[in-house]
Amino acid sequence: MTQATTSLEGVKKAIGTKGKAVSTEVEKGAVRRFAEAIDDPNPLWTDGAHARKTRYGSIIAPPTFLRSLPKDDPRDRLMKEIPYKRGLDAGSEWEYFEPVRPGDIITSITTLTDIFERAGRLGPMLFLIVKTTYKNQLRRVVATQRSTRIVY
Amino acid sequence: MKRQLYYEDVEAGMELPSVTKHPTTKQLVMYAGASGDFYQIHYDKDFAQGTGLPSVIIHGALKNAFLGQLLTDWIGEEGVLKKLSCQYRGMDFPGEPITCKGKVTEKYVKNGKRYVECEIWVENGRGEKTTPGNATVILPSRRGRP
Repeated sequence: MTQATTSLEGVKKAIGTKGKAVSTEVEKGAVRRFAEAIDDPNPLWTDGAHARKTRYGSIIAPPTFLRSLPKDDPRDRLMKEIPYKRGLDAGSEWEYFEPVRPGDIITSITTLTDIFERAGRLGPMLFLIVKTTYKNQLRRVVATQRSTRIVY
Repeated sequence: MKRQLYYEDVEAGMELPSVTKHPTTKQLVMYAGASGDFYQIHYDKDFAQGTGLPSVIIHGALKNAFLGQLLTDWIGEEGVLKKLSCQYRGMDFPGEPITCKGKVTEKYVKNGKRYVECEIWVENGRGEKTTPGNATVILPSRRGRP
């Protein structure tokens, strides 16, 4: 137990760590495949002719599409220092500012914002929380996402 | 085209039209590919059972996407989804239909925009809320823009 606590203190020092900025072009085909995978038939995600007649003027990406873009998550580097091997995604909080369109170049930066331990049914559980900020090529924030991972 | 929802149509306590999904293992593989989440607990039964799970489970993020559809279907093309959050509290499994539901908790005007707050959740066949959350949307007015 003492050992786990010691290593947890080391792990907690990583709070505030920022991952590298990762830029990706939003591809129309990737948006369509995402919409198909989530089984969402909204024509705004896939039908250019329909979308042009809306106030968006083009196809836009569904609300959670941004999570499919590659990112540099500081938690991935921490995992080898954590004594727990099993992980679960515990939730997500999104805030939206601008629509995301095919052709946009989105840059994501992920910051480790908190780490804390709780006693769970299966023993001690470590909560690792990050906030990802997504900006477009005009350097406008399109969305932020706070995500929680539990390891135990 | 669907009928547009307006701020005046909404009252606290009102239920959102539900969205039922029938996830399959095929859909989980499609979602793994489209989202880049290749954690094996979502498509490899032996691997999932090796970690103590009864079987492969639905990605929490896929349920997050289903809740996104609950809202974008409801608010229509003139509505704006501002916030969407959910917690993956309970597991859901392919082959078991799940339903996304929601209820309006509050409506208010702030800085000239018409906001509606909702409690949202994914419910399994036993009526358990496996994925509770919240959403904030901005709706147009029947009286036009302020």
